[in-house]
This record gives sequence, C-alpha cells and structure tokens, in this order.
Amino acid sequence: MSKFDKEQILRTSGVNVLKCMRCGKCSATCPSYDEMEYHPHQFVYMVEKGEIDKLMQSPSIYKCLSCYACVERCPRGVEPAKIVEAVRLQVIRQAGKNHLTPDDIPALLDEDLPQQAIVTAMRKYSK
Amino acid sequence: MNFSYYPGCTLKNKAQDLDRYARLSAEKLGIHLEELSEWQCCGGAFSMGKDEIASKLAAVRALAAARDAGQDLVTLCSACHNVLKQANDAMAHDEEFSQHANNYMQLDKPYKGETRVVHYLELLRDVVGFDALKKAVVNPLKGQKIAAYYGCLLLRPSKVMQMDNPENPKILEDFIRAIGAEPVLYANRNECCGGYAVLEDRAIAQKKSSAVVANAADQGAQRLITACPLCEYNLRKNAEKALPVSYFTELLAEALGVKE
Repeated sequence: MSKFDKEQILRTSGVNVLKCMRCGKCSATCPSYDEMEYHPHQFVYMVEKGEIDKLMQSPSIYKCLSCYACVERCPRGVEPAKIVEAVRLQVIRQAGKNHLTPDDIPALLDEDLPQQAIVTAMRKYSK
Repeated sequence: MNFSYYPGCTLKNKAQDLDRYARLSAEKLGIHLEELSEWQCCGGAFSMGKDEIASKLAAVRALAAARDAGQDLVTLCSACHNVLKQANDAMAHDEEFSQHANNYMQLDKPYKGETRVVHYLELLRDVVGFDALKKAVVNPLKGQKIAAYYGCLLLRPSKVMQMDNPENPKILEDFIRAIGAEPVLYANRNECCGGYAVLEDRAIAQKKSSAVVANAADQGAQRLITACPLCEYNLRKNAEKALPVSYFTELLAEALGVKE
C-alpha cells in the first residue's frame, strides 16, 4: 500500500474521477501534451486506479500550464487540471521537495520578465 | 463613479503601462479608480487545491476591503482577475474553505463573497458601454488590423469567470471596433502562450507563443493586444515571428487622446 493516498488526492482536488468517460478531449486540447509523460486523461484514470506514486515521480506534474483548457472543454466536467494540481501539491507539501527555490530565481531572470511569471512559478512549484 | 482598484504586483513594475494608461483613460471616461490602501500580491495563480487556505488569503483580504468600502473591485491583469474571481467564488460557494479562511482572518464581519469583481474590460462594456466609448474617441485608430489575444485566464474557467463565451469571445473585438480599428479573428486567440513555464522551460513558451503570433499574422493582423503582462512578454519575446504587442489600455489612451 502506497503511503500516498488516493483519497487525499480526491479530497484536495474535489474531482470525481468516476465521471470520466475516457474521450481524451482533455489531452487533445492540452497545450503541454507533447511535453508530458502522462497526459491529463491518464492522470484521471491512474488516480482512479490508485497509481499515485508513478504520477508523483513524473516530471509531467510540472508541465501543466494551468490554462484551464481541459477544465473548460471536458464534456463531463471532470476538471483534470485539478487532479494534476493535487498530485503536485502532494509532492511539494513534503519537506525538502520544492521543485523551485528562491535561490534558483536569479539565474532565470531577464530584464523584461514580469513579476507575475516568478510569483506564479513559485506558487506552482514550491511550498 | 468610484470603484476600488486592485493593480497587482506586475502593474507596479514591469507592466506600468498597463496600469498608467488604464488610469488616464478611466479619468477621461468619468470613472475614478481608488487603489486599495493595503493589497498584497494575489500569487499569480489560483491554488486549485480545495484544502489550500493560506495561499488564497491575500485575494480574500482584497475582496473584503472592497466590500468594506462598499465598492465593486476593478482588476486589470488577467492573472489577478482570475485569482480574485476564483477566490471570491470559493468564499461564496465552498463552505468549508470559507469557514477556514474566515477563521484565519478574524475580520470584524466575516466575508462571504459579497464583492463584485469587475475586469476593466467589463467596466468598458457594461458601465461605460462600447457605444459611449466610441463617441468619446477623439483619435480613432482607423485602418489598423488588430488581433485580440485573450489567452487563458480572462475567460476560463468560464463558469466562474463569466466574462464572455470562452470559445467564441467578442469583448476585445468589440473594444477594437469601439476605438475605430478593425478586429482580426484567428483560431489561437484563446490558446495558451506558455505562461509561467517560461521560467524553467523557454522552449514551451516559444512553441506556444510562435503558434499564436503566426496564426494572427496569417489572418492579416498588424499587431496584437492583450490584458496580461505574462502573455505580453511571451508573445513579444518568445514568438518566432515579430508583431507589435501592446496592452489594450495603451490603445485606449491613444484613442481617447490621453496618451502622454
């Protein structure tokens, strides 16, 4: 039994994975599809099957752009982005598991980069 | 007419033009934007986790401050607008979250999502009116073919944002017509520019932004407008094809004759 809990993912996301009818529209519309090992529809059914560890170890959790395309276009209202977010939160809520730290930031800056990019990345990638 | 105003962190720094031209234009249109006296950064992205409490409190404090001032809250940056609007929706409809947030904040009067969050574009459409705006224009941008770039956060998730049709929006095109220019429709106007991922993966921003600008250019656009500082950055810096990218407020100020 994994120490990471499907129930926690479902609670954090508020998603009912059983609503998914496997049409794949979320993955078809995802702007990060080519960058992902596991695609949005796979997040949904892998959580349903309890394969949480595989998702937590995948770089795919840092590829979601939070554009809400899958949330908007899912014909069943499943909202896959919330599952991706919940898995990522389960990772970065652990001590020492931040994906981005303030020390990383200076090397990533250029003179035009808006503050919005930095605060959003920090919110998404670290706790 | 007075409104509370939440500028957000980027409008105080890299996106000062977005803010400045909005204020100048609003005064010209008889609207007074009163910046909230104490606001904190919204965080740039709404935490979708239902059990994320602290990361939403900055937005809730701003919403409560506008409620206490008895005013609607005007936003301008697409990201701030998205965060404030989703936080407001959670305070109104997610009872468990709302209770947690109120327990943290201990406001004199608990906040329940009472504030109306209004994007500046909605102010132009619903308060000023695009017909009245057209009449106020002294310097119409005649002959300009302009592509509106919505990106993600203005429109989605539409059941919360409720600004426009998320797949076939028209608020920015109507704005472009009101300032005397010609809107250019193109498929990628509501697809993602690559967003914050640019920070660690510039390639994705290049790919996504290039697709947007190329599509707009193919349809005959001479320039692009947006309400989002991160979209502006990605389209300008990371697209292969170069088209001028402006904040919609700059063109508004130009059309109203208040651009300095």
